Amino acid sequence: MSEWRYWLNEQRGTLMGLAIFLLMFAVYIANHPAGLTANVAQTAANKGVLFAFVAMAQALVVITAGIDLSVGMIFILTNCLASWIVVGEPLPTALGLVAVLAAGMACGAINGLLVIYGRLQPIVATIATGAVYFGLALLLRPFPGGSVNEDVADALTGRLFGVIPSSLVALAAAVVLVWLPFRRSRLGRAAYAAGSSEQAAFMSGVPIRRGKFAAYTLAGLLAAMGGLFLTFFTYTGEAAYASGSGYTLWSIAAVVLGGVSLYGGRGSAVGAIFGAFAARTTGDMLFVFDVDPLWQPLLQGVVLMIAVSIGSLALLRVRNRLDWFQ
Amino acid sequence: MTTAEIEAKPPLFRMEGVSKRYGGVRALENAKLDVEAGHIHAILGENGAGKSTLIKIMAGVVAADEGRMLLDGRDISFRSPAAASAAGIACVFQELSLIPDLSVADNIAIADPPRRFGLIDRRAQRAIAEEALARAGAEDIHPRAAVKDLPLSRRQMVEIAKALASKPRILILDEATSALTAGDVAKVFAVLKRLRSEGLALLYISHRMHEIAELADTCTVFRNGRNVASFRAGTRSNSEVVEMMIGREYSNVFPPKPPRAAITKPPRLECRNLGWGDRLRDISLSVAEGEVVGLGGLDGQGQRDLLLALFGVLPGTTGSVLIDGAPMTIASPAAARASRSAMALIPEDRKTEGLMLPMTVRENLSFAALDHVSRGGIIDRTAEEQLIDEMVRLLAIKTAGLDIPVGALSGGNQQKVVIAKWLMRKPRIVLLNDPTRGIDVGTKQEMYQLLRRLADAGAAILFYSTDYDELIGCCDRVLVLYDGRIVRELEGRDITEHALIASALNVEGGREGAAT
Repeated sequence: MSEWRYWLNEQRGTLMGLAIFLLMFAVYIANHPAGLTANVAQTAANKGVLFAFVAMAQALVVITAGIDLSVGMIFILTNCLASWIVVGEPLPTALGLVAVLAAGMACGAINGLLVIYGRLQPIVATIATGAVYFGLALLLRPFPGGSVNEDVADALTGRLFGVIPSSLVALAAAVVLVWLPFRRSRLGRAAYAAGSSEQAAFMSGVPIRRGKFAAYTLAGLLAAMGGLFLTFFTYTGEAAYASGSGYTLWSIAAVVLGGVSLYGGRGSAVGAIFGAFAARTTGDMLFVFDVDPLWQPLLQGVVLMIAVSIGSLALLRVRNRLDWFQ
Repeated sequence: MTTAEIEAKPPLFRMEGVSKRYGGVRALENAKLDVEAGHIHAILGENGAGKSTLIKIMAGVVAADEGRMLLDGRDISFRSPAAASAAGIACVFQELSLIPDLSVADNIAIADPPRRFGLIDRRAQRAIAEEALARAGAEDIHPRAAVKDLPLSRRQMVEIAKALASKPRILILDEATSALTAGDVAKVFAVLKRLRSEGLALLYISHRMHEIAELADTCTVFRNGRNVASFRAGTRSNSEVVEMMIGREYSNVFPPKPPRAAITKPPRLECRNLGWGDRLRDISLSVAEGEVVGLGGLDGQGQRDLLLALFGVLPGTTGSVLIDGAPMTIASPAAARASRSAMALIPEDRKTEGLMLPMTVRENLSFAALDHVSRGGIIDRTAEEQLIDEMVRLLAIKTAGLDIPVGALSGGNQQKVVIAKWLMRKPRIVLLNDPTRGIDVGTKQEMYQLLRRLADAGAAILFYSTDYDELIGCCDRVLVLYDGRIVRELEGRDITEHALIASALNVEGGREGAAT
């Protein structure tokens, strides 16, 4: 096998996620009354980016063979927090931004500590912390309200040079500044190793605990970035329970669509971004086809099922049935 | 080596009075060991004799309850495998310590990947991996290949390369050659001898006596958690060593083969022109009831695929299968198990294909036979108990109880559970895929007797083994595979080591045994 075949093998999940997204987006654009204008791209990007941040956060945890059912609530909590403190003059706004991101990291770190040192199952630990984070959000914003520095908000949700959605640039920056260094670091490798085979990783002297802790903490950071963007779009904070749980559940679908294995050790956050975009497009698609709102949840589920099935088509090529279970 | 010499110069590594208990079970009792630089030190013993515990303590995987360890005459203790590795002790584990989803290069450099500006330097890592693979004589493995895509023998070579990459002073090899092909074993031996001349201390654990005879300078025998004897290699005969290991007289390892009866009935299992892609070509064979037929040849010539194809695991298999002379389509393992063929497959990789490690012995045993002990979907507890008790007795499974996880048993006993699991279904056809890999002499002996008893009770047995002695000792006939084809059939007295090796290599003149 030549070098590029190995590369292809490594990136198969991510590329599959990209392909599914492109396919769905093409169908969406072809049926959109306006076609692919800068405006349509900006709206699609802004909605997709929110979701992409949460899905990236989920991907980091899933790679360690864990799951984070609190990502949506961290997203909501940081939204409520930002609506209080990302306001005013440039300096207080900047400090507010840092504080929101730090709060997200703290939430992620708590998850990590509970899972690693408290030896709780990730699924249970994060259900509990998710409830706590939502409770805090509710205390911060019993009623929707608040505000945000609108200059920053407009700059980050507008367009660069009139065509490029700036939210996409921010997402790309998160990939370059958070994801890629993590993936290339020793801790990132430890996270993958722990997800793939924790026992083998332990035997090999891999810093499993630090790797997992880093994954959970950075997941909190990415969810907070999503929360900030939510604030930038809405200019307010709202402790919306349904929205938080929705984001959590769809983030799991998004990572699977993006080729991240729920068994851990395989996939990338970049794949999760494509998965998020694809999942997001399922909702928009129903809009351009002018579907009765009553039917939307049902049809969205069907489209998601089809998309996930395309992703698992690879299994049909399997020659040895025992490979199914690997 | 005399006592005076040892006292004059402290050994590189010394272990004194080390004990370890797991719950109520004493795994190691007052063990002592001296490891010299520039020596290959063989550790012998049955499974469960304490060898694995000894290694785990040395490698920092578990901590000893009592006793001390000295490196260069100084007291040391390890809190983690990383600490042992930092002190220069590297271990090639029998249970592979590779991470399946990472690439070969990632795995080789996993303990301490090269970094630039805090990030892993993939180019430097690649260079390290290539060098380590070359040192292990495994240049054929691509550093970017994912470990999970490699066959077992290649993975084991990666494991050796990984241990070498950490530049150890003491290298521990635990059954490191058990999955290797004959060619690899020769390469690894050359590597080990070179390392010895470079001044490394090597601890070599193996059940293969001829390997130890070729490599070892010193031998230490363990039995029931104690070291029974240490002696210079070559000063004791094989049977003396085996007696030390099992603590009783070493009688005939292989049960006698019954005289070959004239076959009148159609064969229990027959396949004609079986093919599967380019891995199996035109395989025709038959196994009569009461017959043990061996599959020989180098590792990876299609033997495993043949067993899986017969068991219905491989879609797209061509050719036909006949049971008792009547054609039968076997499209899935469930169909293979159905009562007409009643096939059982004892897999090679017992950890993933044969057992559910976290579940109890009882649960594992009863799964395969649930339909035999249940009525109308309800499990008959009493019938289940009886059947399980019978199996545990028949196979002499050593377990602290039926309700402990299978993962806690020793390797040999785990394999017995796998076999018991299938025997409970009273199979008519038994397929075995190298079932004695990494199993001690005593258990092997029990296994051979069991095979013969099964055959005598009327089962047809197809038996793949990488151990030539087993094929010679156990089988009525042996089929040798090469590149997915049967290249030779040996019967009765013709089954000799020479004939097996010659036909495995598919060299001309194999028939005369002039392959050397």
